[in-house]
Parts: sequence; structure tokens; C-alpha cells
Amino acid sequence: MVDGMLGSAVQLLTPEGERVADEDYDISLSNAELKGLYRDMVLVRRLDSEATALQRQGELGLWASSLGQEAAQVGSGRSLLPGDYAFPTYRDHGVTWSRGVPPLEVLAMFRGVSTGGWDPIALRCAIYTIVIGNQALHAVGYGMGAQLDGSSEAVIGYFGDGATDEGDVNEAFVFAADFNAPVVFFCQNNQWAISSPRERKNPAPLYERAAGFGFPGVRVDGNDILAVMAVTRAALERARSGGGPTLVEAYTYRMAAHTTSDDPTRYRHAEELEIWRLRDPIERLKVFLARQGIADRGYFDQIDREAADLAVMIRDGVRSMPEPPAETMFDHVYAEPHEQLERQRRWLVDYESSFTHEVSS
Amino acid sequence: MSEQRSFALPDVGEGLTEAEILRWHVQPGDLVEVNQLIVEIETAKASVELPCPFAGTVGALLVDVGAVVPVGTPIITIEMADAPQQAERQAVLVGYGVKEGTPSGRRRRRVPGTEASEGSPAEDVAVAPSDESSDEPVGPAATRTSGPALAKPPVRRLARELGVDLTLVTPTGQNGDVTRSDVLSASGSDPSIGRPGAARPADVQTRSDERMPVRGVQRAMADAMVQSAFTAPHVTEWVDVDMSRALQVLDRLRALPESADLRVSPMILVAAGLIRAARAHPRINSSWVDGPDGPHVDVHGEVHLGIAADTPRGLLVPCLKGATDLGILELARRVQQLIDTAREGRATPADLTGGTITLTNIGVFGIDGGTPILSPGQTSILAMGRILDRPWVVDGAVVARPVMQLSLSFDHRVIDGALGSRALRSVADFLTDPGLAVLVDGERS
Ligand SMILES: Cc1ncc(C[n+]2csc(CCOP(=O)(O)OP(=O)(O)O)c2C)c(N)n1
Ligand SMILES: [Mg+2]
Repeated sequence: MVDGMLGSAVQLLTPEGERVADEDYDISLSNAELKGLYRDMVLVRRLDSEATALQRQGELGLWASSLGQEAAQVGSGRSLLPGDYAFPTYRDHGVTWSRGVPPLEVLAMFRGVSTGGWDPIALRCAIYTIVIGNQALHAVGYGMGAQLDGSSEAVIGYFGDGATDEGDVNEAFVFAADFNAPVVFFCQNNQWAISSPRERKNPAPLYERAAGFGFPGVRVDGNDILAVMAVTRAALERARSGGGPTLVEAYTYRMAAHTTSDDPTRYRHAEELEIWRLRDPIERLKVFLARQGIADRGYFDQIDREAADLAVMIRDGVRSMPEPPAETMFDHVYAEPHEQLERQRRWLVDYESSFTHEVSS
Repeated sequence: MSEQRSFALPDVGEGLTEAEILRWHVQPGDLVEVNQLIVEIETAKASVELPCPFAGTVGALLVDVGAVVPVGTPIITIEMADAPQQAERQAVLVGYGVKEGTPSGRRRRRVPGTEASEGSPAEDVAVAPSDESSDEPVGPAATRTSGPALAKPPVRRLARELGVDLTLVTPTGQNGDVTRSDVLSASGSDPSIGRPGAARPADVQTRSDERMPVRGVQRAMADAMVQSAFTAPHVTEWVDVDMSRALQVLDRLRALPESADLRVSPMILVAAGLIRAARAHPRINSSWVDGPDGPHVDVHGEVHLGIAADTPRGLLVPCLKGATDLGILELARRVQQLIDTAREGRATPADLTGGTITLTNIGVFGIDGGTPILSPGQTSILAMGRILDRPWVVDGAVVARPVMQLSLSFDHRVIDGALGSRALRSVADFLTDPGLAVLVDGERS
């Protein structure tokens, strides 16, 4: 447990990298697993910073940064078993990374050359949902289906603090409770919904809402990857064994702008950022690994080199992505073709072919 | 072998068309790495730093600080460290076009009805999403073969306003479309009317005009002022005040140990006077509200005092919340905090909204008086002028006295001349003799 703003959050690793105990949760990971989590977070952060730079260079239309939320995303994503299913938001690059979604398939959507990206069935990870909170319903519906199939998989639905104000999320809570759906609601409370401050708007802790719907809620230090894993694993296990839904509130902070179109200096103070910089999720794990003698300088340098290579791969990959014919946007709107859609496709093809030459590329 | 690349201004928001160069972080000759921050730009949405897409040596900075350039404009050249494998396209933003004058090609669209002319590219006519200047006829006019008249929406609107039937107008536009001038000549108007940008051959200009973008704080100010000036009928009254006693009181206030770190300026005293006036005459601290069931007036219980401040970002009016009952030292402390925060660019939207009455100090610019425009939604604004020694008649003799002018603008829908005058007089009386005003508080009006 920690004091201050985090309140009653579960914590196993302090911002100073000290391993502490919690009354209800614990986790035991091998050295290789711990190093793997560090590697994941560093690579996801590099992916994020490279994507931000590419947007600033005109290579991506938009980017929603995951900076600061790596522990919440990787910790929960890596808690999933291969058969579990994830429903992420547009910011959950650490989740898609953990599910094995190739980074370039994520970036293709932000470049506007793909309408969604990866194969959600093969990777057991839905495409990003931009409509706030909508995927909570998808997660519950999918979970109810899995239940009817008699499958033992668990489902995790991601959303932000702002999304908890949406009807979709509350309806998802109701259905999950009524049907005892095998769902973990993973809310990253990053303190901001664009420019709307969570706690100044409504200081009631988000995780406490679960009680009103009839299932447990727990707040975890979202920048502590060990605590996130411990809590998420337990919630997933509960779902798999018929215990029903859990709300996990990962208390974290959006360190960057809402998206590359946003300027947070207009609505929040730099002091806030400084406070959260001290709670960095990667730094504390690094200190822990070094102090415990689990990893040394050589290992950290090797991961940095790997991150640099990843950046080059992403940069080259993004810049050489082929532009698909515009009409491919119709391909996945409906499961089956129909006349109206066909008409619209034909119109677009006609229109496109009325141009005499393409934009040089 | 090194090769030169240029970096075109990208669209860093969604659908932005231009940006201003705020600051270059590099100079010609500097070595740069990929993703090194090279320049800070300001768009309509944000100021952002751009990372360099190439590694190499800076060749030239193509755009000066302060210039506003369209998206797609090359802003810097880099001599590449390694010869790259292939020429690259200029990224601007996937899906967004590049403006004229950039090396990239432009999509040209055949006009329906011209397909038959199995054309060489020269015969293609562009109906490109284009800029204003293409309203001007350029080159030989293409004749339209059939179909409805081609004209851009603003031209259609103009035609409608002037009662011109577009199908009867001879088009002279590049693409066989009807231009603004075509419509104007068809209606018998002078084509140059209403076209401030239209070039006149006889124009002899020695100094060029400057085009100033209106954005950010300035844009917000413009919108607020237009809204206020054209919806609230306001009048302004003014009065001169002998500030001798007020300045003596200020000296004594400054000598107090409690005000050691405070800037106790005449503005604090004027603010105190205005707050007192609002307490005595609550209607000057009110809002005119156009509700769904007709207008009403909200008379505010609390005084939230807006203070106009000249900041590096332009005019801001941070607001001192709950100022009604503040003592003078607390008032000084809070005003100081508020203005410092605004000047440092740290004012939050909440700091900048919610005012019920405003004070503006034009004296700091060496000005005596004026006719301030109300902050939107408020009904009174007080301007204080400079304090200057002036001839003043005391007991039949002309003596030099420090004199300041107060100008009060008020919304005449809410505040009539009598109330406005009394309110202004009460501020003036307070400043003329603060001690007396406090003693007889509430007993005179
Ligand atoms: C249904 C819906 N309403 C509004 C929006 C616009 N919108 C985009 S992001 C956002 C804020 C979401 O905040 P939060 O849930 O906290 O997620 P975060 O962006 O902080 O990760 C909003 C309102 C949207 N995309 N969908
Ligand atoms: Mg949020």
C-alpha cells in the first residue's frame, strides 16, 4: 500500500525501486521474466517516441502517445495467456506489443494506409477502438460468447478514466455483472481525458464504482509493473474460474500530450509532470534489477541498442509503406457485400480514375 | 558524395494549413542527427518542436523566424551524411496535398465532358482544390462543353446575392468555371470592388504590406471584443481624481512590515475602490443573459475581478475569484500572483474565465483615459489612467496635484446613467479620500 495521491493502491515496487509487500497481492517472477518486462517497456517507449517524431515529420497523420503508461500496458498485456483476448484503445501500444502485434501494423493505421491493421483473430487482440469506451461492450459481448461456448478464456477490456463517464462502459459493467462474464475491465486512470482533469472533476475513486455494479474493484499503482501483473493475473484467473468481472484501476499518468494534435501546456502545469517523472515505471524496475544484481550495465546497453535498431526498422518501414487503393476502405465494413456498399465503391473508383496522374510518391 | 535534402513543413495537427516559425535551434553548418529538434513552430493548435528527419549538416534555413508559411513549404536543407539509396518523396502528411510551388506533383482532374479529347497532359484542366488566387483568369479560357455552370461555392453565393444567373455568364476561369470577376461584370459591378487583394497595374509600392495572422490569444481577444462591442450598447463616463491622499496612504501601506514582499501599487487601491463600488451598487457587477425565454440580468453576489494584463502572449484578463471582501494586503498579494502566473504563460483556462467586472490599467502605457470595451457578458469595466502632476484648483489657488483619470464603460441595458455615474463617483471618492470613504462606508452614496 502507498500513501498520498495513490491512496489505497496496490504497490509491490516503490518509485525508488524497493520491493515492498502488499497484504493481498504478491508475485514471483524469474530473472528472465523480469528482464523481459524491462525490455518490453524500453522497446515500447522507443516505439512511441519514434512514432511521435515521425508524426512531426509528416509521416503519420496522428499519434496517441503511451509515454508513462508502459507498466500498466505491458504488465497487464503480459498477464494474458495465449488464449485470452484483449480489446485495446488507441493508446495501448504496450498491450498490442505484448500480444505480438507487429509495430508496423499499428503504425499503418496512424499513417492512414490501413483501416485497422492486424488480424484480430490470429493475434487474439482486437484492433484499436477510437470510439471512447465502446470496446468495453465488445469485451463483455465476446466474454459472454466465450462463456456460452464453454471456453475457459478470459477477456480484458481497456479504457481510460474519461471513458468511465460514458454510457457504453457503464452498460458493459451492468451486462458483465448480470451475466457473470469472464471480463477484466482494465481502466488506465492517466488523470486526464484530453484536457479534462479526472480528480478535479470528480474526486470519487474510480475503482470504487465497481461495488455499485456488484463486482470487485481494485486500484493498483499503474507505474509499478509487478503490482500491475499481480493484480491483473488474479483478476484474469478469477474470470477464467467463473468468478466474474473485476475492475482494475491502474493509477498512472499521461506524460505526453493527448495526441500529437494537442498542446497540454495550455491546461496543465509542468509541476504535475515533474511529480510523475519521479514515479517513472521503467526507471524503478531498472533500479530494482541493478540493485538485485539481476541485470547489469551490459544488459541495459544491449536493450538500448535493440531499441535503436527498432527505431530504424520503424522509420524505414513506415516511410516505405505502400499506399493501398482507396476503395480498400470498403473491404471490411460489412461481413458480406451488399448493393449499396457496392454502389459507393464503384462511385469512388470512378472518381479516383478521373484523376489523370497520381500524387508523386 | 553528399546529397542535399529539404524538409517540408508538415501538418502536425489534423488539417492545419500553416505555421509560424518561432525559433531555430540550429544554424547553417551545424551537424544534426535524425530526430534532433531543429525548430519550434506555432500552429493554430499548439507550439511544437520538429525533429529532423535526416542526419547531416544544416545547409540553409529557408524560412525566417516570425514568418508564417503554408504546410508543404521547405523550411531547411540538410547536406546528407550518407548518400541515400533513392530519392524520397516529401512527406507532408499522408492524405493531405502539397501546396503550389513544392516539387511534388498535383492531382489534376479531367472535367467531365472533356474526356473525348484523348488528351495530352496539356489539355487537362485542373479543378484542383485551389487557393484564392485561382479565381483570377489564368491563361486561355477553356470553353465548357455542357452541363451546369462550374463555379466555386463563394462565387455561387455572390451570384445569388447579386441576382446573377450563372448559366448566362461567360466563364473565363482556367477550367471553364465562372469566376468572381465574371459574376461582378455580369452584374455591372466593378470587378475590383471587394477584392482588396486584386492587383492594380498602376499600384506603385515602395514598402510592402505585412500580412498578420490572427491566432491564439489575439484571435480570442478579437472574437470577445466583437461580440461585446456589437451586442452590448455601452457608454463611457470619466472623471479626474486628485490622488494626493491616495498616494500618501499607499506610502504608509508600503511601510508596513506585512507588505515587505508586495507590490502595493495605485492599481491595488483602484481595485479596492472598484470592489467597494460593486458592493455598494451590486448592479454594476452583473451579467446580461440572453436565455431561451428572453433576456434577464444576473446580479452577482460575489465580485470576481478581472484584471487586464499585457503579457508576452498578448492581452489576457486573469480573474481574481472571490474578491468581494479581501483586505487590501491580501488583495495586493492575490493580484500579484495572478499577474505573475499570466505573464509566465501558466494561467489555466479557469484563471482566465469567470470574471464579473474588469479593471484595466492603461496608465502603464502613459495614457490618461479611453473607452474600454466590456468583457463579454459583463456590464462594467473601469480603466485607470496614468498619474501625472497637473494644475488643480484648491481653495481658489492653482496648485500642482497628482491627477488620475478614471473611465468607466457600462452596459446601458442594465445600468442607467444615474447608477453608472454614482458608481464611478464612489470609486473617485474613495481614491480622493480613502480614510473618509471607509469611515462613512454605506452612509453616503
Ligand atoms: C464516443 C466518443 N466521444 C468522444 C470522443 C472524443 N475523444 C477522444 S479521446 C477522448 C478522451 C478520452 O479520455 P480517456 O478515456 O481518459 O482516455 P485517454 O485518452 O486518457 O487514454 C475523447 C473525449 C470519442 N473519440 N468518442
Ligand atoms: Mg485518461
